[in-house]
Amino acid sequence: MKKLALILCLFAGGLLLMNAHYLPMWGDPASPASTHVSPYFIENAYEHTKTPNMVAVVLADYRSYDTMFEAAVVLAAGFACFFLLRSRARGKKGGHHYYRHIPTGVTIKIEEGGKLPAENSKVFRSIDALWTPYDPIIQTTCRCLIPFLQIYSLYVLAHGHYSPGGGFQAGVVLGATIILLAISHNLKTSLKRMSERTAALWSIIGVFIFAGTGLLCLLLGMDYLNYEVLAPLLLSDEAMARSHSILIVEVGVTMAVMAVMVWIYYNLSSAGQQDEGL
Amino acid sequence: MDAIPYFIGKYNYWGCIFLFFLGMYAMISKTNLIKKIIGLNIFQTSIILFFISASFKHDATLPILMEEHKGAIDPVMYLNPLPHVLMLTAIVVAVATLGVALTLALKVYRIYGTLEEDEINHAIQSH
Amino acid sequence: MDPIMMEFSQHSPVLIVMAPFLLGMAAAAAGWANRKWAFPMAFLGLLSGLIAAIHMLIKTAKGEILVYHMAGWLPPFGIAYRIDTFSALILTAIMAVALINLVASRASAEKDFTEKAPAWYALYVFFVSGLAGMVATEDIFNLYVLLEIASLSAYALIGMGHNRAPFAALNYLLMGTIGASFYLMGVAYIYIATGSLNMTDIAVILQEMGPNPTITMAFALCMTGLLAKMAAFPVHGWLPNAYTFAPDATTNVMAALTTKVSIYIMIRLVLSLFPLSLAFDTGIIADAMVWLATIGIFAGAFMALAQKSFKRMLTYIVVVEVAYMVGGFWLGNRAGMTGAMLHILNDAAMTLCVFMAVANIRARRGADAFSDLKGLFQTMPFSMGALVISGLAIIGIPPTCGFFSKWYLISGGIEAGHWGFVIALLSASIINAILFFKVFEIAFFEVPAETFGQNSREHESDHHTHHGLPSLAMAEARISMLIPLIIMALTLLALGFMTGGIVNLFIDPAIPGQVL
Repeated sequence: MKKLALILCLFAGGLLLMNAHYLPMWGDPASPASTHVSPYFIENAYEHTKTPNMVAVVLADYRSYDTMFEAAVVLAAGFACFFLLRSRARGKKGGHHYYRHIPTGVTIKIEEGGKLPAENSKVFRSIDALWTPYDPIIQTTCRCLIPFLQIYSLYVLAHGHYSPGGGFQAGVVLGATIILLAISHNLKTSLKRMSERTAALWSIIGVFIFAGTGLLCLLLGMDYLNYEVLAPLLLSDEAMARSHSILIVEVGVTMAVMAVMVWIYYNLSSAGQQDEGL
Repeated sequence: MDAIPYFIGKYNYWGCIFLFFLGMYAMISKTNLIKKIIGLNIFQTSIILFFISASFKHDATLPILMEEHKGAIDPVMYLNPLPHVLMLTAIVVAVATLGVALTLALKVYRIYGTLEEDEINHAIQSH
Repeated sequence: MDPIMMEFSQHSPVLIVMAPFLLGMAAAAAGWANRKWAFPMAFLGLLSGLIAAIHMLIKTAKGEILVYHMAGWLPPFGIAYRIDTFSALILTAIMAVALINLVASRASAEKDFTEKAPAWYALYVFFVSGLAGMVATEDIFNLYVLLEIASLSAYALIGMGHNRAPFAALNYLLMGTIGASFYLMGVAYIYIATGSLNMTDIAVILQEMGPNPTITMAFALCMTGLLAKMAAFPVHGWLPNAYTFAPDATTNVMAALTTKVSIYIMIRLVLSLFPLSLAFDTGIIADAMVWLATIGIFAGAFMALAQKSFKRMLTYIVVVEVAYMVGGFWLGNRAGMTGAMLHILNDAAMTLCVFMAVANIRARRGADAFSDLKGLFQTMPFSMGALVISGLAIIGIPPTCGFFSKWYLISGGIEAGHWGFVIALLSASIINAILFFKVFEIAFFEVPAETFGQNSREHESDHHTHHGLPSLAMAEARISMLIPLIIMALTLLALGFMTGGIVNLFIDPAIPGQVL
């Protein structure tokens, strides 16, 4: 099998390498890719949408339909992970349980048959069997970092019209903060801030904001996702309506990406049990 | 033909094609499922690089309009924005695929207790 | 039509994708609140998709080609949908198949997935809307995105089966991603050579450009990718396991649609993107594909003979059917192409029908090894009746639809002088006949041992005993599974009678005039 794979890859790779001879030179401004469609975007993007970042314009306006399905692919992946892994059945944990005494940070092991603290106790909190030691340095550092990261992600989202950035990047940074919380503390802490149901609903709402904007355009009598028609609603002229709509759909994308990243992490890290995090 | 500019002028394609088949070889020949998934990622990344390298133009800058160019825009000044957009989509698709692949690998591991393909096949046959 | 309907009806090309998609999301969201709401939402989504598809079918039949510009940007700058007669036909088939299977598999989905059933509905609807988008879109990159959304949902739907399913789904994922990535690499080559992503625009540019090695390479990459996606013979390895171990509700729709849509994409790319001369002029590519298909038919048919369970045998028949269509299309003449295109439709219908029948048997008997099929004609007469009709269609016996597409394929093969392909088609029919009559024989004449014992004890003086065949109590599948199955079986007959109309109205206009 290995030899066959090697021969196959070498043969096909050789064919492609020989063919690379016919491709245009690297960085050639006169290549077809740079002369057919793309000059139109570069020349007209600002005029059409009053947004200097051409990538954001092409992403959320000229090819917004692709981008909507990109968010949909993420949503589908979130559903796929949930569907495949999630189970409410508790895994085997052995006879004993671990609790943390919150005021002191002391970890307590309760042997099988021992008396367990109340389920909603404010003083004792059940922790993972594979618990990580309580580390104030890591936890404090992350607690300080997370707000700044979240504000930064909002900046990336809001400033996407003028600088590299936009919905996906912002969503990933925002999702990473919640995952960072789960890694530095534990899964339960994260789940308390953002439950699985919230993550799922946010991801659906995020995609729905994008698709719903398109549907609104359709209901107002224009093509799907043609933001021009939203101008009266957004109290602006057509170019600015496009600019604002780009922001609206980017907010939807941010929500969807962030929520799905968190959702996938919840399911993958705990193998669907959502009791034991990493 | 002038050999040196030829090699320098096309090395982006060479690199991408090499990565493409490196990833594919890993996916076919490795028996560990996680290694296969890593191969899958190399494979997809090579295509992303391929597209991005096609968007490059010498002496051009990021496709973000500069204040002084707002009157008259010369397309030669800016990189081609379209491949960037396409690859943003492709990256997201790759991430989504990776998530589902890891999920399935986790499920396989829970059933067979191993991620080695030959051991799994053995377990299936002896069952 | 009143003005509001007029207004809405222009949007049917986008609504066919978006209506199911949005309602699929709504199904998941509503299902989180109350599981009962998920099914009606999903049903409504697919129903609106079907209405949009039928609307387009009527419009295109009048000679209109529907073009829809997403976000109002004209191609090649924006993304466009373009629906001709043949795509409208395939869209209708996709939506109808998905809707019928949704109704039929509701019971088993709710039973198998319980609290995760809303997620199943959502993924199912995403899968279908992804396929519909692939058929409708005119943008080669948009096609990739939709392909991935359909595939990702498919991996999840398959991976939820019992024991061996996740491993099979992972293999499918690896193979499917190789296929999709090859296609994407082909898109990269096309983009580098032409600078465009719109099929019609690219076709015009390529016409002016003349022969170009980059485009030849793009063609090879796209075709390789699609062959892996459609499970054509040497790269079919993922299909039998994935479809055998998937839950029945999933297998039905997947076997009926996934491979067919990939074949549709192949046909569309060859006919309306790449220059026809590239595909057919040298004859080398076309000949190689037909021979590959010929070998694929024999290999698939013999592997089907070796199987011990009914569902697994049928998955190999799916591989054989794929080879029919690939071979028929690459014959390169009008009869062959007509046969391949007609067979996409017919095969979607008959695959769904036969898999639904097996799902009914599995729901009642709990297994589908050949030894478990004994006495089925008595216990499940309606399901077996539908199975007989779909079996006859797969073998290719008139008046079922399978006969007509096979007739076109064979006459195309004779016309092109590809005797190997003709012989393969005929022998595949014979092997299919052997396979199905083996099943019918077991189900008709043999009697399950334990039931036989029971019966003879209970009815010792019963007059039935001297017939040799004791009467078994009827134990049909539940009514919600039975009625869709019977509708499908009747559809197989109806499609057979409508063949002439379908070919004249929908398939002929879609084949370019140069093809004789």
